[in-house]
Amino acid sequence: MTEQEKLERQSKRTRMILIAVSVLFIFLMLVVPLAAIVVNSLKEGFGFYIQAITTEYVRNALKVTLIATIIAVVVNTFFGICAAWLLTKFSFKGKQVLATLIDIPFSISPVIVGLAFLMTFGRLGWTYPAIRAINQWLGTNFRIAFAIPGVVIATIFVTFPYVSREIIPVLNAQGKDEEEAAALMGAKGLKIFFKITFPQIKWALIYGIILCTSRALGEFGAVNALSKTRGETFTLPLEIDALYMSGTDVSITSAFAVSSILVIIAIIIMVVRNILEHRSNKKMEKGEA
Amino acid sequence: MKKNTKTTRVIPGFHLTLGITIAMLSLIVLIPLASVMVKSLQLSPAEFWRLITKKNVLYAFGTSIVCSFIAAVINLVFGLILAWTLVRYDFKGKRILDGFIELPFALPTAVAGITLSKLYSETGWFGKPLAALGIKVAYTHLGLIIALVFVGIPFVVRAVQPVLEKLDGQYEEAAYILGATPAQTFFKVILPELRPALLTGFGLAFARGIGEYGSVIYISGNSAKEHTQVISYVIMQKLNYIDYASATAIAFVMLVISFVILFLINIVQMRQSRRTNML
Repeated sequence: MTEQEKLERQSKRTRMILIAVSVLFIFLMLVVPLAAIVVNSLKEGFGFYIQAITTEYVRNALKVTLIATIIAVVVNTFFGICAAWLLTKFSFKGKQVLATLIDIPFSISPVIVGLAFLMTFGRLGWTYPAIRAINQWLGTNFRIAFAIPGVVIATIFVTFPYVSREIIPVLNAQGKDEEEAAALMGAKGLKIFFKITFPQIKWALIYGIILCTSRALGEFGAVNALSKTRGETFTLPLEIDALYMSGTDVSITSAFAVSSILVIIAIIIMVVRNILEHRSNKKMEKGEA
Repeated sequence: MKKNTKTTRVIPGFHLTLGITIAMLSLIVLIPLASVMVKSLQLSPAEFWRLITKKNVLYAFGTSIVCSFIAAVINLVFGLILAWTLVRYDFKGKRILDGFIELPFALPTAVAGITLSKLYSETGWFGKPLAALGIKVAYTHLGLIIALVFVGIPFVVRAVQPVLEKLDGQYEEAAYILGATPAQTFFKVILPELRPALLTGFGLAFARGIGEYGSVIYISGNSAKEHTQVISYVIMQKLNYIDYASATAIAFVMLVISFVILFLINIVQMRQSRRTNML
């Protein structure tokens, strides 16, 4: 019995140590930085805070950021649903390769993304002659690199797999029996999707869209290579960079003030993920009972 | 080859979704990346070699790879501890802690970068006491590693958590009954089961670290002399100097590195699914 007691005491001690290490790690590495943003942004008072987040530059950056984010989310949601449908409802040759290719944007440096679009649409890019010809023909001055279209397309690239990645596991777990049954009974594609598939993926889709939104709002490296005009094509993260790099105490506080806008969104994401996770755990317990 | 490959597909939309997926993937991801590849291959091999073996480029590669590797190892250890605590133990505030793991994914990299840089600078909350102890963090490799630990930690935790949740308690019970000590049970029974998930998390964190830009450039100081420039920073610098040849050559090497890591992760995952299928 003493052996048993000793073991129990030992495991209790391990538990205490591991919880302490975890709490300490999360507190120092994650909680304090978050708190630091809030404290730093309010350093010069609330009046200054409001002033800092409503300058001409910030408003314009917010506009560009929102345009890029909305387009990226719409495009990637559409793509995500198509790709998830393809990869979970059918089996075909090269499926694994396709799945890997879709995940490429996860593992590529954002700076390389910016470079890739410069090489494609910039002055040295291979589509440049075509763009110039179209512009001459229409008498316009349409540009992709160093203009808003470039910002938009880079944002789409970096957030490309976010929605599909969240839906695919759910659909895989669900199988395709119900859809097959519906199809055999004569239901059309869209009807099957909205009546059967959509209810299953609803929460995963919402979470994917939220993740995609957060990443799109915060994209920095790729856009940094493609956008050089402050007040015109700058997004919020670029504006934050410009303010921080100015280096004065006041501008650094402004940088944190602008950052706090993006932090609010980050917190929303953490909360929603937590709720969704709790829901799915509950569902699983119910299913097992 | 379970079924006749000629079976008709019952569910509609195969050709439509295949078309849309491939078209969008090509337009947005593959063609632009191919442009970088093609541009870099237009350089002569000698020129290519000269550009990627310049001293500051080599140092930057070294810095990025070594610091990412160290950060990924740290994340492997702490990620395992965090995942273990969050899955196996119940305590107050666990859900909030779990939520915080997501922060590095949710926080824009530039925001993370300026925040960490400020925290660890000599006037910051952490930097000041550390400086009093004689430890300089901001603008050193140490700062770089801390930033990379920050961005990488969720990769390991989120890879290990689901596997740990599904791990059958039977094995541990069996080990216990057979007289294994807790440490033996952990290292001989649990750890082997977690190895694929740990490797995946490690690989993802490592790959992310090598290409990381926004969260590291503020805290690293980007000094060529002190070798604190990361490789992404060097590419951006070349772009700003309109030195596209160097930028594409370096990018080519980085793309190869990330593809290799991606490929290895895929192999690990395929092995894992094959094993679970066999069980």
